[in-house]
Amino acid sequence: METQTINKQQQTTKTTERISGSEAIVRCLIEEKIKVIYGYPGGAIMPLYDELYKYQDKIHHVLTRHEQGATHAAQGFARISGEVGVAIATSGPGATNLITGIADAQIDSTPMVCITGQVFSHLLGSDAFQETDIVGISTPVTKWNCQVTRAEDIPAVLAKAFYIAKSGRPGPVLIDITKDAQLDTFDFSYEKCTKIRSYNPVPKTEDSSLEAAAKLINEAKRPFIIWGQGVILSEAEEQFKAFIEKAGIPAAWTILGASAIPTSHPLNVGMLGMHGNYAPNVLTNECDVLIAIGMRFDDRVTGDLSKYAKQAKVIHFEIDPAEIDKNVKSDVAVLGDAKASLEGILPLINQNSHKEWHQKFKDLYKIEYEKVIKNDIHPTKEGLTMGEVVKEINIQTKGEAAIVTDVGQHQMIACRYADFNKSKSNITSGGLGTMGFGLPAAIGAKMAAPEREVISISGDGGYQMTIQELGTIFQQKAAVKVVVLNNEFLGMVRQWQQLFFDKRYASTEMTNPDFVAIAKGYYLNARKVVKREDLKEAVAEMIASKEAYFLEVCVEKEDNVFPMVPSGASVSDIRLE
Amino acid sequence: MSTDKQLYTISVYTENNIGLLNRISAIFQRRHINIESLNTSPSEIEGVSKFTIVVNMDEVNIKKIIGQIEKQVEVIKAYYHNLDEIIYQIAGLFKIKSELLFEERQIQNIIKESNARIVTVNKEFFVLEKSGKKEEIIALYNQLSPYGIMQYTRSGLIAVSKDEMKISTLLKTYNN
Repeated sequence: METQTINKQQQTTKTTERISGSEAIVRCLIEEKIKVIYGYPGGAIMPLYDELYKYQDKIHHVLTRHEQGATHAAQGFARISGEVGVAIATSGPGATNLITGIADAQIDSTPMVCITGQVFSHLLGSDAFQETDIVGISTPVTKWNCQVTRAEDIPAVLAKAFYIAKSGRPGPVLIDITKDAQLDTFDFSYEKCTKIRSYNPVPKTEDSSLEAAAKLINEAKRPFIIWGQGVILSEAEEQFKAFIEKAGIPAAWTILGASAIPTSHPLNVGMLGMHGNYAPNVLTNECDVLIAIGMRFDDRVTGDLSKYAKQAKVIHFEIDPAEIDKNVKSDVAVLGDAKASLEGILPLINQNSHKEWHQKFKDLYKIEYEKVIKNDIHPTKEGLTMGEVVKEINIQTKGEAAIVTDVGQHQMIACRYADFNKSKSNITSGGLGTMGFGLPAAIGAKMAAPEREVISISGDGGYQMTIQELGTIFQQKAAVKVVVLNNEFLGMVRQWQQLFFDKRYASTEMTNPDFVAIAKGYYLNARKVVKREDLKEAVAEMIASKEAYFLEVCVEKEDNVFPMVPSGASVSDIRLE
Repeated sequence: MSTDKQLYTISVYTENNIGLLNRISAIFQRRHINIESLNTSPSEIEGVSKFTIVVNMDEVNIKKIIGQIEKQVEVIKAYYHNLDEIIYQIAGLFKIKSELLFEERQIQNIIKESNARIVTVNKEFFVLEKSGKKEEIIALYNQLSPYGIMQYTRSGLIAVSKDEMKISTLLKTYNN
């Protein structure tokens, strides 16, 4: 009887434990099974850091060298794991430094929760030291955001934050917590959020839409599938593969859809869009049924919309109703989660092979190979190409590596030529095109998947935007392999200047530092390659390294990325040279 | 679907949260769409707010805007209607010198004919209120203007739709 009373008392204590708001934040993170977070301390977030110090055996806080790095690391973490990434910053400049990463996560649908400190609630609106209206600033680039001024609101708001970030079409959430809310104590208890009245993350898939889609697919003579990150986000890789194999339909990917099925899959016909492959771009305007799955018809994919797949019936599988008919009018919209929709449509689809149609893709690939690919990956000229570096990495990693890229020419080349055997292996800034994304994102990816080989490939421009994160790599002993393809130019802009601005190279030439010396300054193993004969061995040394490794490859200065759909042109007007 | 621009009202049913107005207005700002008028109020359902937004747009684009609005976590549902599909009212307030009421006989006639209501009178001024369509309020303004108006303001449009907006049913399905 006595024991029972004690047990009861203990239970009551447990459910009504009085703790500070900042401790509550940590406890919420633990409840959400968060083990690694990225951030940077400062005045308004110090109470939280004090608790993180006490809970360091449960949550590993990674000190990045800039708050932007914290967001990209959280993004890299999220993209390779499918889990929510967490970034933390103080008020004012700390918070505003998160914005680029938040905007990137918003446009690329990456689940992320950002927690910012805020000045005391009685100082709000008084232009206090390091006060900034981060809720106002982040509104257009967050899926949801909220300011907390009372400690007791913290658990419910954070529970909502994690639910919103991860459910439906994922995205970034920012929670701004005043310093008094962090310091005040209250009776803590945590309940996971599983429902919000006004929020319907996964719209219902109508059977009639699946039937209408199946009818179009079964009657199609030249069907073509274009897929995006939706396949990866809904973890529908197996269902997707089963679908395309049964229907025998060639399938091409958007940059964020890459790696959902292996590069070597016979129905994988390559990359869409501005620097995508020749066949999928040209044949977009020849197919009779275009089946879009988990993609949003970005302008870099479609080119001129008035000349985009006008001959085709369009089927759009999509989780976000706002994407339906936003850019391309669909004939059949299949709302809902890609995994469930693909499972639902599979039995309705006839077995087919579309051999003649598939042959067209092969024929156009041959043209692209002769005109572009051969010279990119087996160059005969003296200078090294970005393509041959990527090819060498493919060979030595057997396509098992996760490739994290920055933005620009190297990104297009890496996406075009990297071999992906596993899903979630292509981590890059797609929609926002954030230079500086690659290096910190690779840190997050490596920490989320330490068993995987994570290779960061950057250009010399973007690399220098977040180069300070080498310090994070060193401090965390994150075994990231860092490759910089150095052409001493902001290459993509230079390419446009060459093609469309009469070779006026305004502010695109870079006078670069000694990158190897900088890496060595951070105590990383580092090497520079300038000659083709050294490439293979240098890549081997990098792959063999158990620790972080920096490899600079000096490539041809004025190479261009082809094929190219010029801005404003139709996808079928893609240029091979 | 019509690509001609016309006035539409957008009715947005939402949770009552700080910051949601900013989130909704940002959707218009980002697309360079001018908001003609905006009104927020409680709705027929307890705890649910209603935004009534008037914009001059074509139907193709208003559908996209509705999609973007409904995408916001705290928005329950959004509808759009053209002016024929709603019953609406706008209110105008006119502050006028009291002496004119006695000196200018015509003003009394204007008040009578326009069905305007005198809200208050004191020694210095009186306040007229007129509800109706925008044109009616402008007509009254034009009539009063020659005599001198001390202050004039017009409210946003508020509307109820001729069709049912099934918010209660919708909320029931969400709650289950």
